Amino acid sequence: MNICEKILAASSETKCVEPGEIIEAKVDVAMINEITGPLAIQTFKKIGLDKVWDNRRIVLVLDHQVPADSVRSAELHKIMRAFAKEQNIHFLYDVGDGGVCHQVMVERGHVMPGYLIVGADSHTCTYGALGAFATGIGSTEMAAVFATGRIWLKVPSTIKINVTGRFKNFVTPKDLILDVIGKIGADGAIYKAIEFTGPSIRKMSISGRLTLCNMTVEMGAKTGIIEPDEEVLQYIRERTDGTFRIFRSDPDAKYERTLDFNVDGLEPMVACPHSVDNVKPVKSVEDVEINQAFLGSCTNGRLEDLELAARIMRGRRVKRGVRMIVTPASSEIYFQALRNGILEIFIKSGAIVCNPTCGACFGGHMGLLASGEVCVSSSNRNFIGRMGSPEAEIYLASPATVAASAVTGKITDPRKLLEVEA
Amino acid sequence: MIVSGKAVLFGDNINTDIIIPSKYLTSLDPNELAKHAMEGIDPSFPNRAKEGVIIVAGRNFGCGSSREQAPLALKYAGTKCVIAESFARIFFRNAINIGLPILEAAGISGEIDEGDILKIILEEGKIIDETKSKVFSASQLPSFILEIIRDGGLIEHLIKVLRGYET
Repeated sequence: MNICEKILAASSETKCVEPGEIIEAKVDVAMINEITGPLAIQTFKKIGLDKVWDNRRIVLVLDHQVPADSVRSAELHKIMRAFAKEQNIHFLYDVGDGGVCHQVMVERGHVMPGYLIVGADSHTCTYGALGAFATGIGSTEMAAVFATGRIWLKVPSTIKINVTGRFKNFVTPKDLILDVIGKIGADGAIYKAIEFTGPSIRKMSISGRLTLCNMTVEMGAKTGIIEPDEEVLQYIRERTDGTFRIFRSDPDAKYERTLDFNVDGLEPMVACPHSVDNVKPVKSVEDVEINQAFLGSCTNGRLEDLELAARIMRGRRVKRGVRMIVTPASSEIYFQALRNGILEIFIKSGAIVCNPTCGACFGGHMGLLASGEVCVSSSNRNFIGRMGSPEAEIYLASPATVAASAVTGKITDPRKLLEVEA
Repeated sequence: MIVSGKAVLFGDNINTDIIIPSKYLTSLDPNELAKHAMEGIDPSFPNRAKEGVIIVAGRNFGCGSSREQAPLALKYAGTKCVIAESFARIFFRNAINIGLPILEAAGISGEIDEGDILKIILEEGKIIDETKSKVFSASQLPSFILEIIRDGGLIEHLIKVLRGYET
C-alpha cells in the first residue's frame, strides 16, 4: 500500500484498502472557518444532538474576513464563538490569535503524521505536507462529522510525482506546482491523491512542501501528501507533544501513474487568466502591466515567502500606480516578520502590510479589484471574479515574481530585475 | 426518483466562484443565495431556473472552493438535477449531502441542446431527452448515496438512521 492507503486503512480499522473501495473512517481532527462553519453549526443543530462527538478534536478558525468587515461577517463570527462556548471547544482561533486556517492548523500543532483530517475548506489538502491524509468537505458533511466523528470516503488512486534536480535562484516550489498543474490540468487529478517524492522534495523546506500540497486541489485532487521525514518530525515536536503514527509507502506500492519532474531547467511560471492550468513561463507575459500585487494566502503567505519577496524589495520602491498588499498568513508569521525587519522593508518600499486574513485571495476584503484591473498574486485561484470584479484579471505566481512585478509595474521574472541592477 | 426539467447548458470547469461569488457567502439564507446562482457566468440563470431546470455541463463542474452554498444556490434557484461529464469531488459530495440529484455522464455535453426537455430516472442513471426522443446513460450511484438523496440530504438521512437506532 502507499501512504494514503495505509492511513485510510488505519482510520477505518482494517488491514488493507484498495483504490475505489468505500470505507467508513474515523476522523482525527475536524476544522471549520467562519465561511463554511456557521452553515455546519446550523445544520448540526438540526440533527438534534446536544454534544459534538469530541470537543477536543474540533478546531474553529476565524480567518476569511477578519476583523469583521461588515455586520454580516460579524454575525458569522458571533455564531462561531457561541458554538465554541456552548460545546466547550477550546481550539477557537479568534481575531489576533491565529490567522489563515491552514497555517494555524499546522503551526499550532493540530496536524500530525498519519492523521485523517477533514476541513470545511478546499485547501485542507495542505496538511499532507506533514504526512496526514487531509481533505476538504462541505458544511453539511461537517455537521455529520461533528455528530458522529466518522465519514465515508472512497479510497483514491494515487498519482506519484517524482521530483529531481536543484531549484535555480528565485525559482520556487510555487513555480514547480504551477508547472505540474499546467501539465496535469485543472481536472487531471479529480478523485485522486497526489504523492510527491524524490530528492528535491526531501531537500525542500516545510514551507515549500505546504505550498505544493496546498495547490493539489487545483488539479481536482482529494489530497496531496509527502512522506514525513526528520524535518517534519522536528517541526511537529516544536509544536505538540501529541502521539501519532508514521506511515510510509511500501516499495511495491501501487500508483495509477508516476510522473517525473526535473527542476534543473525550471523557470518562474505564471498561471494566466482565468484558469489555474493556463500556465506559461513568466518571460512570455512580461509585457502585461499590473495594478496590484498580492503577497499572502495559505499558499504563499509564510515567513519564507515574505523573506524571499523582501530580498527583492529591499532598497526598491513599488512602482507608482501599483499597489502591493502583503498579508502574512498568521499572527506568528506577522510577529517574526516584524521582529526580523521584513515588514519594515515592505513598508519602506511603499507596500501596505495587512493583518493575517484570507483577505484579497478570497475576494472578501483588503484588496479587491475593480473592472479592467490586473493583479499578480501569490495565491491559488485566478477564477473570474475571485478577487473582486468579474472583469478583473489575475495572474498567479511565486512570491519572488510578485515582488519583482510590484517594482517594475509589469509581470517580471525576478532574476531579470536582479541582473539589471547587479 | 424521477426528476424533469428544461436543459440549461454550461461548459467545462464551472467553478464555485462562478456559481456563487464570495461576496454573497455572508448570507445563510438559501433563497437569498439562489438569487445570485451562476451570477459569474449567466446572471439570467435564477430567472430561467424558476420553472425547474436540469443543468448539463462539461468537465470538472463545481471545481474550486468547498462552499456548500454553491449547490444550495443552484437547488433553491430551481435546479432539479446537475449532469456533467465529471465533477469536482467536494461539489459532488455537497450536492448529495444537500439532496440535489447529480449524475456523471461521459460524452453527454455534445448530445443535449439548450431547452431540451429532460427526464431523469436517478436509480437507473437514465437520462431521457424527450425533445429528441433519445436515451443516454450515466454512471450509476451506489445505493447508499441514492438513499441519502431520496431522504432529502445527509442530515435528513442521519436523523432517520439515528431514530432507527433508538427504536
